[in-house]
This record gives sequence, C-alpha cells and structure tokens, in this order.
Amino acid sequence: MAWQWFHRLGSPKWFYEKTARWVQVMGWLALALLGVGVVWGLGFAPEEAKQGNSYRIIYIHVPVAIVSMAGYYVMAFSGAVGLIWRMKLSYMVMKAAAPVGAAMTFLALATGAIWGKPTWGTYWVWDARLTSMLVLFFLYLGVMALQEAYQNQESADKTCAILSLVGMVNIPIIYKSVDWWFTLHQPATLKLTEKSSIAPEMAYPLILMIFAVYLFYGWLVLSKTRVEVLHREAKTQWVKDTALGGR
Amino acid sequence: MEFYFASFSDFMWMEGHGPYVWASYALTIIVFIGMALGPKLRKSKFVQQQRALAARNEAAVEVANNEPR
Repeated sequence: MAWQWFHRLGSPKWFYEKTARWVQVMGWLALALLGVGVVWGLGFAPEEAKQGNSYRIIYIHVPVAIVSMAGYYVMAFSGAVGLIWRMKLSYMVMKAAAPVGAAMTFLALATGAIWGKPTWGTYWVWDARLTSMLVLFFLYLGVMALQEAYQNQESADKTCAILSLVGMVNIPIIYKSVDWWFTLHQPATLKLTEKSSIAPEMAYPLILMIFAVYLFYGWLVLSKTRVEVLHREAKTQWVKDTALGGR
Repeated sequence: MEFYFASFSDFMWMEGHGPYVWASYALTIIVFIGMALGPKLRKSKFVQQQRALAARNEAAVEVANNEPR
C-alpha cells in the first residue's frame, strides 16, 4: 500500500494526467511571485551601504545560482532512480532538468559577471567559485550533448545518469569554495544556522525570489517532462487520444 | 513600505548602476520567457505531427477499402 504511489509514478499516463492541474497552478503562482519579487527588489528594497544599487542584482543572481545547484541534484537523483529501479519516468525528469539547469547556471554566471564590473572592477576572475560554476555549466551541457549522441534512448539515459552522478562531486565544491579558498566572491549572505549578514528589509524580497525561482524551475521541469512523456509514449493509444483530442 | 527612488529617472539611473542592474534583469527575463515557451512549442509541434499522421493513416485505410477485389 505504502509503495503504491511509487509504482504509479512509474506510469507515464498516470503522471501526465495527475500533473495537468499542478502544472497550471505552479506556473501562475511562479509568475505572480516573480513579479512581486522583482518589483520589490528593484524599487522598494533599500540601497546597500557599500555596493550601492548594483547589489539589486542579488535578487536574481542568488536565486538562479541556488536553483542551478539544487537542479543538479534533481538531475542526478532522477538519474540514480532510473538506474536503480529502471523507472522510465525518472529518466524523463533527468532529461528535462538538464537544459533548465544549464540556463540557470548561465544566468548565474552572466548576472554575476555584470555585477562584478561595478563591484570588483572586472567581469571575470578565475577564482574557485566562478571556475567551479563554469564547470557546472559544462557538466549540464555535457549531459545535454550525451542525450543527443545516442540513437538508442536507453543507452543515452544510462550514460547521462552516470555522468550526472559523477559530476555531483562538483556541487559541494562550489558551495564551499568561498570558504576554502581566497576569493573575490563574497561569502553566503543567507545562512540557515547562523545569523544572516543581510538586513531584513533586503532579505525578505530575496527569500521571496528564491522561492519564486524554485517554483518557476519546478514548473519548467514538470512542463518539459510532460512533453517528453508524450514523445516517448507516442505509440500508445492514450497519447494518440490526447494529441487528437487536443488536451 | 515606500518606493525607494525619488523619481523615475533616479530609478532608471540608480546612481550609475542602472545599466548593470537593468541588463541583468533584462537578460534574465529574456531567458525565462524563452524557457517558458520551449515546452509549449514542442507540444504543439507534436500534436500537429500526430494529427497529420492520423489523417494520413485514415486516408490510407480509405484507399485500401475502395480498391476493387
């Protein structure tokens, strides 16, 4: 009984039908929260004493960076579940998570570079945090390229899962890089266990934006997985009915 | 809570940091919109393909049925 949901999750049809409602709620909620967070961060949060207004980039830089790393775990764990339990749906989530994660990593790098110019005087330095983020970006691109490199979907899924799992070693390195090495990058602003080094008026919109970007990420991965389900199950009757019924 | 800037031009300029801040936000919005459209486009393409396939199958069945025995 307790494992019934797990077996059901393995059924693409069940998943597709169940998530139809969620995906809509998530999408609109993410859009609303992103809107509120952006306006709050850009126009209502106070100016930062040392960095001036350039710090407002934090409201996108930190959320996309957090999600780019969390998204790697999503991809790697989905790959692991696919390898261990041979769950097809799990591989589809893994495939969907790769391009979204790559885009988030790209945004973290790009907004970080833009923020670096007025703050550090340079767009880029080869320090530990920035370099390990670049490695993350290439890992995502690697998984995406591998996915296309095989004729056989099963081989592609297995290889991608293994690459994802091996690349997971990079995530704690990114996370700890600002503590382990001397770097231009500032240490973490929000901390769960200690007092945060950010004023509450600045922290609230940041927390909201982190939540909103997580939600947006979830919505994207879910939407992509759903379309992937249709493609991989194209030969089944329910997909034919769905496509012809226009649902 | 009050709007932080005194005027709209202050808001745009942000004491010289405006170009950096706005460039970051614009880039993010473009990438987000692009990502959001991806699955929608892929799905509508898939539905179109499936419909074309079904139409072709139907036509083939009809031709086969009309052939003289």
